[in-house]
Amino acid sequence: MSQQPILEIRDLRASVEGKEILKGINLTVNPGEVHAIMGPNGSGKSTLAQVLAGHKAYEVTGGEALLHGNDLLEMDPEERAREGVFLAFQYPVELPGVNSTYFLKAAVNAVRKHRGEEELDAADFLALVRQKMKVLDVGEALLKRSVNEGFSGGEKKRNEIFQMAVLEPTLAILDETDSGLDIDALRVVADGVNKLRGSENGMVLVTHYQRLLEYIVPDVVHVLYNGRIIKSGGKELALELEEHGYDWVKEHAEEVGVGQ
Amino acid sequence: MHSTTESFQKNFALFEHSLNGESELPLHQLRRRSLERFSTLGFPTTRDEDWRFTNIAPLAATQFRPILVSEPHSITPAQVAAAGYAGQSGQRLVFVNGHFAPGLSQLGEVGNGATVSNLAAAIKADAAAVEQFIESLPATKPDTFAALNTAFIRDGVFISVPSGIIIEQPIHLLFIGVATSEATVAHLRNLISVGENAQATIIEEYVSIGGGGNHATFTNPVTQIAAAPNATVNHYRIQHEQELGFHIGTFHATLDRASTVNSITFTLGSAIVRNNTSAVLAGPGAHCTMDGVYLANETQLVDNHTTLDHAAPNCTSHELYKGVLNDRGRGVFSGRIIVRQDAQKTDSKQSNRNLLLSDTAIIDSKPQLEIFADDVKCTHGATIGQLSDESLFYLRARGIGLAEARAILTYAFAEEVVEHIAIPELRDYLETLLNTRLEH
Ligand SMILES: Nc1ncnc2c1ncn2[C@@H]1O[C@H](COP(=O)(O)OP(=O)(O)OP(=O)(O)O)[C@@H](O)[C@H]1O
Ligand SMILES: [Mg+2]
Repeated sequence: MSQQPILEIRDLRASVEGKEILKGINLTVNPGEVHAIMGPNGSGKSTLAQVLAGHKAYEVTGGEALLHGNDLLEMDPEERAREGVFLAFQYPVELPGVNSTYFLKAAVNAVRKHRGEEELDAADFLALVRQKMKVLDVGEALLKRSVNEGFSGGEKKRNEIFQMAVLEPTLAILDETDSGLDIDALRVVADGVNKLRGSENGMVLVTHYQRLLEYIVPDVVHVLYNGRIIKSGGKELALELEEHGYDWVKEHAEEVGVGQ
Repeated sequence: MHSTTESFQKNFALFEHSLNGESELPLHQLRRRSLERFSTLGFPTTRDEDWRFTNIAPLAATQFRPILVSEPHSITPAQVAAAGYAGQSGQRLVFVNGHFAPGLSQLGEVGNGATVSNLAAAIKADAAAVEQFIESLPATKPDTFAALNTAFIRDGVFISVPSGIIIEQPIHLLFIGVATSEATVAHLRNLISVGENAQATIIEEYVSIGGGGNHATFTNPVTQIAAAPNATVNHYRIQHEQELGFHIGTFHATLDRASTVNSITFTLGSAIVRNNTSAVLAGPGAHCTMDGVYLANETQLVDNHTTLDHAAPNCTSHELYKGVLNDRGRGVFSGRIIVRQDAQKTDSKQSNRNLLLSDTAIIDSKPQLEIFADDVKCTHGATIGQLSDESLFYLRARGIGLAEARAILTYAFAEEVVEHIAIPELRDYLETLLNTRLEH
C-alpha cells in the first residue's frame, strides 16, 4: 500500500466571472482521513468542492490539485468521477424525465467500464442497489421516480449519499450534506458515510455544524475564510468555533494578513 | 410549378389503366375530380402562408415512379419485426411500397362485426361503401397533397368498429418503403370509423427498409378517423423513414358527442416531413389530446401544422408538442385553435416546447388562436431552450460521459410525451427508438 496522498492541493486559485474566490488553498488528504471544512457563508467552500469536481464555471487561475499523484484539474468531470471522485452537491439539481434507476445504472457502469470491470446487468445492479438502500433506509419508490424531482430538501441530500454508497468513491466531498436533515436522517446519513470510511479512501466534509462531526469524527478541521484556509486543527476546533463563532478566527486571519 | 404536377398527371393515366374495370365506379369519379383539384392547386411554395418555412421544391422537382401493382419483394418477417414495432400480438397490416402484403401481415379474427381490412380489398368488396364513407367525412381543407392522395386512392386500411365493440389489442399498421433504383411514391389512405361507445387503438407506423437503392421515397398518406358519440380512439403515429425520404402526412379526426380521440405523433425525421394534423370537436363534451415529439438532425426539416377546431360546447383539447433540433435541423410548429361561436365552455391548452442542441438548428413556432365564443378558457405557450449546463454537470460528475449525458437529458425532455402512451410495450419501443436516434 502506497502512502501517496489521495488528494494534494497546492496554492489553488480559482475565479468565477473574473472575481477571485479561491486565493491559494493548500490541503492534503491521506488515505483513511476525514477532513472537515468549516467557514462563514460565501467564503468559498462550495467553490472548492465544485472546482475539484470539474465545474467549468470556475476558472482555475493558479496552483494544482493531484489525485493519487495525477493532475486532477486536467480531467473532464466524468473522468474525475470514474477515477473515484464523488461530490455530494449542496444543491442537487432536479432531473425531470431522467429515471433514477437508469441514471444510477449508467453511472455505475461508466465507472466499472473505466476500471476494466464488466458492466452490471439489470439483475446484479438491482441486487447492489437493494443492499445499499437497506443501509441508507431509502425506499424502493425512489428508484421509480425521476432523479430528485419533487424530492424534499432532506430527500435530495439522502439521495446524494445513497448514490455515494452505490458508487463507492475513493474521494468523497460532501458539501453541507447535513443541512436540512432531521435528527434521524442525519444519523442514517452519518452511518452511511462511516460505512464507506476505510483505510483506502478519504473524505472532505463541508459543514456549518459541529453536530455532524459528533457522528462522523474528523481527523482534521479546517477553517476556510475569504478563499483561504486560515486555521486547521483537531476535532476540538469545531467545538471552539461553535463556542466563539468565526470572529476570533477572523481576527486571527487579519493578524496574519489574510483579510483583504 | 406546372411541369411538376404534370408528371403526376402522367402517372394518373398509367394508374387509371391499371385499374381495369374499376375506373367505371363512382369512386373513380372522385379520383378524377381530385386530380383536377390537385392540378389547379399546384404544389405550394414558400409564398403560401401555410408553407412559409417549408420549402418543398426538392420534392416538387423529383419525378416519382408510381408503383401501380404490388411488385415482388424479398422482405422477410424477420426484417419486418426488426424494422417496426413488434411488441404485441394483435392485428398487424403490413404494406410494402403502398401495397398490402398479406404474407407479412397478421389478420386474426376481430369478431363482433368489426371490419379490419386493407382498403384495396374493401374497394373490391364494396366500392360504393368506401366511396360513401369518404364522402361522409368532412372534407379536409383544400390541400394539394390530400387531393393528390385522393386522386390515387387504392390501398391503405379500412377499419370499421360497430357500436359498443371494444377492440382490446391495438391494430398495428406498418407501412414499409423500400428504396429502389428510382424515386417512388406511395399514396396511402386509411379510413377508420369507430362506432358509438366503441373503442379502438391504432398504431400507424412508417419505416424504410434498404432495398439497395439510394433514391428518394415519397410517402403521402391520409388518415381519417370518425369517432361516434362516446367512442374512444387512441391513435399513435410513428414516422422513422430513410434520410432521403419525403413524408407529407395528413391526419384528420372528427369527434362526435362525448367522444375521445388521443393522438400522439412521433416524427423521427426524413429529408422533409410535414404533418397536417387536425381534429374537429363536432359534438358537445368531446375531448381531444394531440401530442407530438419531433426530431430533426443534419439538414432535416420537420413541420407540424395542427388544427383543433372547437365547433361544439363543453369540449376540451390538450396539445403538447416537443421538438428536438440538432445540427442544421429545422423545425416548424404551427398550432391553430379555432373556437367557434357555439363552442362555449371550451377548455383548450396548447404548449410547444423546443430543445435546440446546436447553434445552427432552427425552430419556427407559431400559435394561432381564433376565438369567436366568449366563455372559454384557452392557454398557449411556446418555449425554446438548450440543455441545462447544471444538469449536464450533475450527470458527468457521476461518471456519465458528455455524449451520453446529452442523450439522457434530451430523452428526458421528450419523456413527458412518451409517458402519455397507454401501452407499456409501445412506450418501451419508443423509448428505445428515441434513445437510439439521440445517441448519434
Ligand atoms: N457561479 C457563480 N457565479 C457568481 N458568483 C459565484 C458563483 N459561485 C460562487 N460565487 C461567489 O463566490 C463566493 C463563494 O461562494 P461559495 O458558494 O463557494 O461559498 P460557500 O462557502 O460555499 O458558502 P455557503 O456556506 O453559503 O454555502 C460567493 O461570494 C459567491 O457569491
Ligand atoms: Mg456552499
